[in-house]
Amino acid sequence: MFSVATTASNGFINPAGPIAEALRDHLIFIVMVMAVVIVPLFIALPWTLWRYRLRTKSGSYQPNWEFSWPLEILIWGLPAVIVVVLGWNLWHQSYELDPYKPLAAAEAPLEIQAIALDWKWVFIYPDQNVASVNEVMIVAGRPVRFRLTSGTVMQSFMIPRLGGQIYTMAGMETQMNLLASEPGQFRGLNTQYNGMGFANQKFITHAVSQADFDAWATKMSDSKPPLNQAAWALLAKPSVLAAPQSFGSVAEGLFTWVIAGFTGGHPHMKADGTDL
Amino acid sequence: MTVESSFSLLGRLTPQDISFVQTFENPVMSEFIDGAAGSVLVIGMIIVAALLTYYRGWKTLWFDWLTSVDHKKVGIMYIVVAFVMLARAIIEGVLMRYQQSIAVNDPGVLTPDHFGQLFSTHGSIMIFFMAMPFITGMINYIMPQQIGARDVSFPLLNAISLWLTAAGAALVMISLVVGKFSTGGWTAYPPYTGIEFSPGEGVDYWIWSISLTSIGSTLTGVNFATTIYKNRAPGMTLFRMPLFCWTSLCTSVLMIFAMAPLTIATLMLALDRYAGFHFFTNDLGGNMMNYANLFWLFGHPEVYILILPAFGVFSEVISTFSGKTIYGYKSLVVATMSIAVLSFTVWLHHFFTMGQGANVNAIFGIATMLIGVPTGVKVYDWLLTMVRGRIRLTTAMLFSIMFLVTFVIGGLTGVILANPPVDFAVHNSLFLVAHFHNMVIPGVLFGMIAGYQFWFPKAFGFRLAERWGKASFWCWSFGFYLTFMPLYVLGLMGAMRRTVEWFRPEYLGWLQVSFVGALLLFSGFIFLCVQLIVSVRQRDQRRVPAGDPWDGRSLEWSNSAPPPEYNFAVIPEVSGQDAFTRLKEQGKAYASPTAYDDIVVPKNSIVAPVIGVGAIALGFALVWHIWWLVALGFVTMWGAVIARSFVTETERVIPASKVRADHEAWLQQVRECATTSREQEDTSANVGRAEVLA
Repeated sequence: MFSVATTASNGFINPAGPIAEALRDHLIFIVMVMAVVIVPLFIALPWTLWRYRLRTKSGSYQPNWEFSWPLEILIWGLPAVIVVVLGWNLWHQSYELDPYKPLAAAEAPLEIQAIALDWKWVFIYPDQNVASVNEVMIVAGRPVRFRLTSGTVMQSFMIPRLGGQIYTMAGMETQMNLLASEPGQFRGLNTQYNGMGFANQKFITHAVSQADFDAWATKMSDSKPPLNQAAWALLAKPSVLAAPQSFGSVAEGLFTWVIAGFTGGHPHMKADGTDL
Repeated sequence: MTVESSFSLLGRLTPQDISFVQTFENPVMSEFIDGAAGSVLVIGMIIVAALLTYYRGWKTLWFDWLTSVDHKKVGIMYIVVAFVMLARAIIEGVLMRYQQSIAVNDPGVLTPDHFGQLFSTHGSIMIFFMAMPFITGMINYIMPQQIGARDVSFPLLNAISLWLTAAGAALVMISLVVGKFSTGGWTAYPPYTGIEFSPGEGVDYWIWSISLTSIGSTLTGVNFATTIYKNRAPGMTLFRMPLFCWTSLCTSVLMIFAMAPLTIATLMLALDRYAGFHFFTNDLGGNMMNYANLFWLFGHPEVYILILPAFGVFSEVISTFSGKTIYGYKSLVVATMSIAVLSFTVWLHHFFTMGQGANVNAIFGIATMLIGVPTGVKVYDWLLTMVRGRIRLTTAMLFSIMFLVTFVIGGLTGVILANPPVDFAVHNSLFLVAHFHNMVIPGVLFGMIAGYQFWFPKAFGFRLAERWGKASFWCWSFGFYLTFMPLYVLGLMGAMRRTVEWFRPEYLGWLQVSFVGALLLFSGFIFLCVQLIVSVRQRDQRRVPAGDPWDGRSLEWSNSAPPPEYNFAVIPEVSGQDAFTRLKEQGKAYASPTAYDDIVVPKNSIVAPVIGVGAIALGFALVWHIWWLVALGFVTMWGAVIARSFVTETERVIPASKVRADHEAWLQQVRECATTSREQEDTSANVGRAEVLA
């Protein structure tokens, strides 16, 4: 029941990319190592309760027994060894799976800028100069680099089947590198409570082929309205959208401008992400 | 703010803020539930007042309880507050589980706003107004008796701490009827809780109730630490103290250092909201992450503030009901101290996902896992305490054993969460919710219930009904597993916390199981109430006047049940660990002292209740911007403190002759009591004099 339900689920336990897969494997590794200290307790505790019960005939009663060096070394030593093993592993995994770390791949990553609003996600594709709201288009098999910020309260960006999450904060930029192995649709969401529309703040991730992606971008450019100041002002108002929206062009430097709006009008970086 | 409202006599308060008016004007289910909750509160208070009047209890309440500074009465009042608040918060928990179990592609019965208030009050109450008062009350009652003291170092300050905490709890209760509570969760992260995004009174209720109780807890920490350092009986060296005293000491030190960042953070948030400051706002140089750091600089040690006293209870309970000295006493002391120190080095693991570098995350992750070492040691020390003992499965012992089993599962998921990469996947999810409930329900609540079962006969002079205690135990245990194991699974399936409505049908079954579990947990609470009522009615068959129903090992069992207000007729001389067991083995228990002295005890004082009432007025007035009442409340509180400094006669003397008469009469009674074997523990033969095992 457990495996069936979780396989059908949209969690990282049912991974659709190398990052989520690594996270799941890491979780299983920790559980197995920890079993070394936990399983003995589950065996020893019932045994102790039975053997030393009040009406027992077997267990010897030694009310003043209070110490044993061999046992002491074992109960301090074993957890210590386990922490060393897990700590070593943790250290390497923290660097290996750092969300800022670019993913190794032949192709350059697809660049997407994500802006968290109440209660929606805006995705800007700077190279294609298009934007989408509450759905994001990525290329299967090609790394994607999200640069994220918030136009409102702090939120947390996550596509569970692809990987972990990262906070988005007003006036600041965070990053997340992900990869979808195969084409598919994956749920994404904000995980940080931000008010009345929180439960509805979901988006769909479409992982498609490069050709489909290019066709989609071209179609957007040709047919959709621009994401200009007026459109932005409307989006920035707290609301839950009935359906995803699309924009065929994006005001230049919108992402940087949103960040700069909270930092006193002095952007700390240019639109291309380099420092001033 | 308009000119009109700023000069209004009632500040921003309007009739529409009263919950019954809202229910009347907008009779939907969510409002109805809110109105019903308010009604229960109001009707409950009326019933209590009526009963007090009928039984002529007002005088007793005022002179024997509310104005008392006796650490035992203060302790009991803390625990009463904890139980009342537990009742509310557990019902809120059940209500949230119900909402989530029916809200799959359906809005359910609660509005998002109501749901937000529920998870905020549930968390805030459970931590600040259930767990904190419970552990503080338990330490208050037991610790001075265990170290052979007559009271805490600063009895009046102790009562003031209680009243500040009670004032905070009262504000949360008032918010049920007047206005709304915060929807920002128990952590109240800005900028969401800033004035721009949460303009109403809700966050202000949170701020002032938490500020009051955090100041109360700081004072408590100072008081307990001083008591343990200065008031120990002759011969009670630190390394002869019962483990509960050690864990109380660690908790007190943590309180002194960890409550301050919380007080500061809430007051800074208040400055942002009231005075246009920009500590945590999005713009003008504010940074919400400074709040997160301050909050968790408190928040992580807080976990150990709560759990260490429970560890102390488990040490006492397991040792007593195994009829055996604790295994690895020094090892446990070292482990407790290590946990206390390490608890200050791990706060960042609450926000690995902030976007800091891998090296910062890795260091805090490893620090977090390090805590697993002393904690693992403690678990095995408790197991080895049972080995070679004579184990009796009383209610208190059952809770302790279920704690051991359940807590290691929580430890496992804690180590999982300590890994930054994995945390990225389960942070903010129901996996996290399951984890911390997995720590605090067995770790704190089971500990406090075990302590309540264990020490109740000491405090009230009669044993609780074991049958109902065990019924409650099974409900709590199965209820816990049914409620929270599905949440682990849901978290792995990508279900997030604080979600009022779901859109994934595969969650449904798990959420329904979880709701059934929540009902069981609620039954566990009901059975505790039944147990209390049944035991009170059967109190005459359950009395333990000799004071030692469980063959106790530490000094609190050496006096009568309930103990005299001065605890010890003569301060005992301590010659080793397990002080009372030692006296019993040497045949010195219940021996008449050679001489009696006059005993000086503190007089009752109205200062603490006055400060408490002033604090409620101050908090309420700040929430509603009623400035004249702010001034009045403030002046009342500090006026009481200043007036107190002019009172010169703060103590009274109980003459030696009276002490002698009372104590000798009790000793005579004990000597006439038959001794009880451990097999007879749960029978009316148990009058509190234990058979000494050879």
